[in-house]
Amino acid sequence: MIEVRDVRKTFTVRSGRLRRRRTMVRAVDGVSFTVREGEFVGYLGSNGAGKSTTIKMLTGILTPTSGSVRVAGLDPARRRTALARRIGVVFGQRTTLWWDLPLRDSLTLIRHLYRVDPVEHRRRLEELTELLDLGPFLGTPVRQLSLGQRMRGDLAAALLHAPPLLVLDEPTIGLDVVSKATVRGFLERLNAEHGTTILLTTHDLGDIERLCRRVMIIDRGRLAYDGDLERLRTSVAADRMLVVDLARPAPPVQLDGIGVERVDGPRQWLRVPRGMNAAAVVAALARRYEIADIALREPDIEEVVTRLYRTSGAFGAE
Amino acid sequence: MRTYGLLAWTWLRAAAQYPASMLLLGLATAMVAALDLAGIALLFAHTPRIAGFTAEEVLFLYGTSAMSFAIADTLLGGTERLGEHVRRGTLDTMLVRPVSPLIQIAAEEFTPRRMAKLLPPAAVLAVVLPRLPVEWTPGRIAMVPVMLVSGVVIFAAIWVLTASVQFVVIEVHPATKSITYGGAFLTQYPMTLYAREFVRGMTFVIPLAFVNWQPGLYVLDRPDPLGLPEALRLASPAVAVLLSAVAATAWRAGLRHYRSTGS
Repeated sequence: MIEVRDVRKTFTVRSGRLRRRRTMVRAVDGVSFTVREGEFVGYLGSNGAGKSTTIKMLTGILTPTSGSVRVAGLDPARRRTALARRIGVVFGQRTTLWWDLPLRDSLTLIRHLYRVDPVEHRRRLEELTELLDLGPFLGTPVRQLSLGQRMRGDLAAALLHAPPLLVLDEPTIGLDVVSKATVRGFLERLNAEHGTTILLTTHDLGDIERLCRRVMIIDRGRLAYDGDLERLRTSVAADRMLVVDLARPAPPVQLDGIGVERVDGPRQWLRVPRGMNAAAVVAALARRYEIADIALREPDIEEVVTRLYRTSGAFGAE
Repeated sequence: MRTYGLLAWTWLRAAAQYPASMLLLGLATAMVAALDLAGIALLFAHTPRIAGFTAEEVLFLYGTSAMSFAIADTLLGGTERLGEHVRRGTLDTMLVRPVSPLIQIAAEEFTPRRMAKLLPPAAVLAVVLPRLPVEWTPGRIAMVPVMLVSGVVIFAAIWVLTASVQFVVIEVHPATKSITYGGAFLTQYPMTLYAREFVRGMTFVIPLAFVNWQPGLYVLDRPDPLGLPEALRLASPAVAVLLSAVAATAWRAGLRHYRSTGS
């Protein structure tokens, strides 16, 4: 569905008022990856890492400086308009809807722009209205919609022409918990039931944990990681966390190879290094303390990514 | 074209949500447009001729130029806001739709207000055309619509050209205004009013002279005061096509060099 081969994008940045100096900035510096049909891929990176630049090259907004890109069988920069009919794009930060029109009219206009057959359009619109719960605000002008409603409207607009590929740039940015859950649930179903290939960039690691089996991390223009989420966790050897509720408050527990991260009354957070048997730790603990409750937490992605950045030297001494 | 109509219609409906505002703005636009006319009237209150041209003849030049400009402005005036779209990043959302961004921007905020500009020149032409002291041969009759259409195309091409510049230099909006609106103003008077070199520039560099001056000389049956070849009088359509080609190339080049904004 997407094939990227050694793509680079360089910008020249002029600086200085009087004596203009030109510096070359490599926003994307030799990135290659393939996304197959039906995949759900998360694309992560800090600000300025090259995420949006990649997305813009995939959608034909920007022309790569070198390398080749193929999306849905087309070269995006040359066939931008043709490609637009085959993909759906959602920018979390800006709407593609018409500000002063009711949502329904915006969607009708989109039907014309994409030349969707009216019968097909009605069927899709009904389905999307139900899935995204658009019913209550279809007649409301877009400018009066809440951010969450607007995002659902934007998702519907991007999917009315039934594209096999959906590209999302920060779809959950600024949304409240409920809206986030709606959007995530919808994307999950779209991928599972319609087989829509989805590529999503985000800052919200919750999106990734909930949705993506595969993660790509870009750092300073290069892919720092590409693989499944599980392997990312193990490969950077992030520690698991054992949360123990003791029967009564106690000083930090003493166990070989175990560090205590935090103590809060009877609750203690123990860091269990990768490779150490958690069951053995629990058993050793139970021999010496009375335990009320216990929970083992896998490292969350935030921690994993921070570690990855640290090992690749992205953030230096953070 | 169909898409343009559709988008324009949508914007019109959006504007129609505020009918009073739409009406008043339309009225204001028509009045501002009529001010140019007042300028011409003021001049002729003092002298029967400007640069050798009678009031009817100058009004004819005014009417054709203003008409062409008003139509081009109605159709493509939105492109002057390209720089704003580039800066705010909203151009990106246009680029992911399967319709040329030129059409989307041109149709944007299409309001009947822009059409109000058509009223003064239309009225002037209706009054002046029958009074022109010329013998209406078939060639002259045909030339009037031909020069209007060529004028529209030339102004439209200039709109697109100046918009293309905004892909690269975002902050040029005021400068481009001097070319588009300034050009419209200049062509309202006989070119003999201006310095010789300036007119040459308007003929061969930014071909504004072909909007109404050269074909106007043909209709009015006047010798060219600058002594340029008579063939130029019939060259307007060719100039319009040529300039459109240049504008299209510039637009494509601009789009290729578009850099988008952060995130």
